[in-house]
Amino acid sequence: MRRLLWPAVVLALLLLVNVFTPNFFSIQVRDGHLYGTLIDILRFGAPLILVSLGMTLVIATGGIDLSVGSVVAISGALACLQISEDAGVFTAVVLALGLSLLLGAWNGFLVAGIGIQPIIATLILMVAGRGLAQLITDGQIITINSPAYKVIGGGYWLTLPFGILIVIGVLAITAFLTRQLALGMLIESVGGNAEASRLAGIRARGIIIMVYAFAALCAGVAGLMISSNVSSADGNNAGLWIELDAILAVVIGGTALSGGRFSLGGTVLGALIIQTLTTTIYSIGVPPETTLLFKALVVTAVCLIQSPSFRAKAFRRRRRAVLPGAASEERVRVTT
Amino acid sequence: MTTMTLGRTGVPTKYLPVLVTGCLLVAMFVVGGIRYEGFASGQVILNVFIDNAFLLVVAVGMTFVILTGGIDLSVGSVVALSTMISASLMAGPGWPPYLVIPLVLVIGSGLGLVMGYIVHAFDIQPFVVTLAGMFLARGLCYTIGTDSIPIEDPTFTAFAQDRIDLFADLWISPSVLIAALVVLGAVYVLHYTRLGRSIYATGGSEQSALLMGLPVGRTKITVYTISGFCSALGGVLLSFYMLSGYGLHAVGMELDAIAAVVIGGTLLTGGSGFLLGTVLGVLVLGLIQTIISFEGTLSSWWTKIFIGLLLFVFILLQRVFSARSRR
Repeated sequence: MRRLLWPAVVLALLLLVNVFTPNFFSIQVRDGHLYGTLIDILRFGAPLILVSLGMTLVIATGGIDLSVGSVVAISGALACLQISEDAGVFTAVVLALGLSLLLGAWNGFLVAGIGIQPIIATLILMVAGRGLAQLITDGQIITINSPAYKVIGGGYWLTLPFGILIVIGVLAITAFLTRQLALGMLIESVGGNAEASRLAGIRARGIIIMVYAFAALCAGVAGLMISSNVSSADGNNAGLWIELDAILAVVIGGTALSGGRFSLGGTVLGALIIQTLTTTIYSIGVPPETTLLFKALVVTAVCLIQSPSFRAKAFRRRRRAVLPGAASEERVRVTT
Repeated sequence: MTTMTLGRTGVPTKYLPVLVTGCLLVAMFVVGGIRYEGFASGQVILNVFIDNAFLLVVAVGMTFVILTGGIDLSVGSVVALSTMISASLMAGPGWPPYLVIPLVLVIGSGLGLVMGYIVHAFDIQPFVVTLAGMFLARGLCYTIGTDSIPIEDPTFTAFAQDRIDLFADLWISPSVLIAALVVLGAVYVLHYTRLGRSIYATGGSEQSALLMGLPVGRTKITVYTISGFCSALGGVLLSFYMLSGYGLHAVGMELDAIAAVVIGGTLLTGGSGFLLGTVLGVLVLGLIQTIISFEGTLSSWWTKIFIGLLLFVFILLQRVFSARSRR
C-alpha cells in the first residue's frame, strides 16, 4: 500500500487544483445517466487505463510493448470496415479482437521464441502496424452509423458510461488472475530472472507470449472504444502515441521498467493522473499549446519524487542545512 | 572476442552485423538497379545522403547513447525545437545566422546535459527521462508558435540551394559535408579517445566499468549531451532542407534514428556496435524510401509495412548469424 502513496498524493493534488473551477466536482443525473467532469475523466481515460493494464503485465516481465498504439488503430479500423460492409457488430468485434490477439502473440513469439529485444520486436509492429491500419481503411477515414457499435465507447448502462464498466470488468478479471491465482507471481518471477524461473520449472516462454497477447487484446478493446466513441476509424491518428502515455502511466504507478514487480492499482492511478492532468489543463484555461510543457513538468516531478536517490539527496541536503544552524544556535547559547 | 572469427570467412565476429547490413544494402541496390531504369547511378546514392543528412547526424548522437545502454527519445522533438527557434529568431527580431546557430546548438546540448544529469544522479530510467524531455521540447515548440514559420535568411537559402560539384556531374549539398564531418569526428571520439573507450566499457558492463575506476557518471552525462548537440545540429540541417521552422517537423524521428542504429547492428543493451553500421542503417532506410518513390504507385502505408518487414528480416538474420557464431 505504501507504494500507492505517492501516486495517490499526486492525483489528489491535481484534483485539488480544480477546486476553484466551477462545477468540476458536481455530478448530476441527466436522462438517467451520470454527468460531470469527474465522470468524463473516467470515460475518456478508459482506453488509456485498459492499454496501461496490458502494458503493466508486459513491463512486469521486463519487456515493453511499443506496438499498442498501432493495434488500437488496426482493431478500430477492422471493426469499422466490417460494420461498413454490413457485417454484424458482434462479428466485427470478435474479428477485431481476434486479430489483436494474433498480433500480440506475434510480438510474444518474436520476444520469447526468437529472442529479439522487446523494444525492437514491438517497434516492427509499431511501424508496420500503422501501415496495416491504413491498408485496412485504404488511407481513408471510415465513418459508420451503427447504434449498437456506438454503445461500446459512448453508451451507458446502469447510469454509468459503458467504457468504465468494461474497464472495471477487465481490472477485476486481471486482478483475480494475477493476485488470487499464482499467475502474477509467475509473471513477476519471469521478470525478475527469466533464466532462474525457467530452471525453477516455470514455462517462461508461454508466460511471455501470453502477456504480449493480453496487452494487444487490451489495446484492441481500447481501439474499439476510441473508434466507437467517434463512430469512425482513422488508421493514421487513432491511438497515436498512446504507448508512451501507457508506459508513463505504468511508471508513475510505481512499476519499474526493469520488471519483476508490478502494481495494477498504481497503473490505474497513473493513467488517471495523466487523464486528470489533461482535463485540468483545459479546465483551468491553460492554452492548449502549452499542454505538453505542463505534462513534461508533472511527469518529471512525479518521477523525481518516486526516485529513492532523489529523496535521499533532498533529505540529506535538508539535514545538512539544519545542522550548521543548530550548531550556531548552540554557540550562541554558550556565549550568552 | 576480437580474436574470434566466423568459420571459414575469417571475419572477426564483431564486424559481422555491419557486414550483414552492408550486404543487404548492396543487394537492395542491385535489385533496384535491375527493376527500375535510371536507378543504378551514383547520384541516386548521393540523393539518399542529401535527403537524410539530418537523420544521419541525429542517428550518430543516438549511437553514442545506445552504446552506453541508454536510449534517447527526445531527439525528434529537439530537432523540431531547433528549427522552430532558428526560424522564429530570424523571422521576428531578425537575428543573424551566426548568432542563431550557436545558440540553437547550445540549447540542444543543454537539454541533453540536463537529461543526462537526471538519468545519472537520480537513477531514473533513460526511457522515462528522455520521454519527459520529448514532451518538454515539443511543448516549447508549440509555445513559440503553432504555425509553420518560413526562413528567408540569405545564408540559410544559400545553404539550401548550394551544390558542391564532385566529378562527372555528381553533386552533394553542404549538409552532406557537415554530416560527413560529424561522422568522422564521432568515429575519432569513439575509437581513438579515452571517452570512447569509457562509452564502450560503460555499455558493456556498468558495474565492471565502475570497479575499473572509469568515470561512468560523467560518461553517461556526456553521451546525452552529445546526443542533444547532434539533435540540434540535425535540426539546423533540417531547417536548411525545409527552409521553415515547424512544431510538427520530425515527428517520430527518434524511432527512425533508433531503427537505423539497430539495423546497423548496434545492440540496444549497449557495449557493442559501430558508427559505420549506423551510416549503413540510415542508407538502408533512405534507400527503401527511394525504391518506393521509384515504384511510384506504392502508397505511403506500403512504405511503413515494407520498413517493418525489412526491420524484421534484418533482425532475424542478425539473430541467426550471431546464434551460429556463438556455437
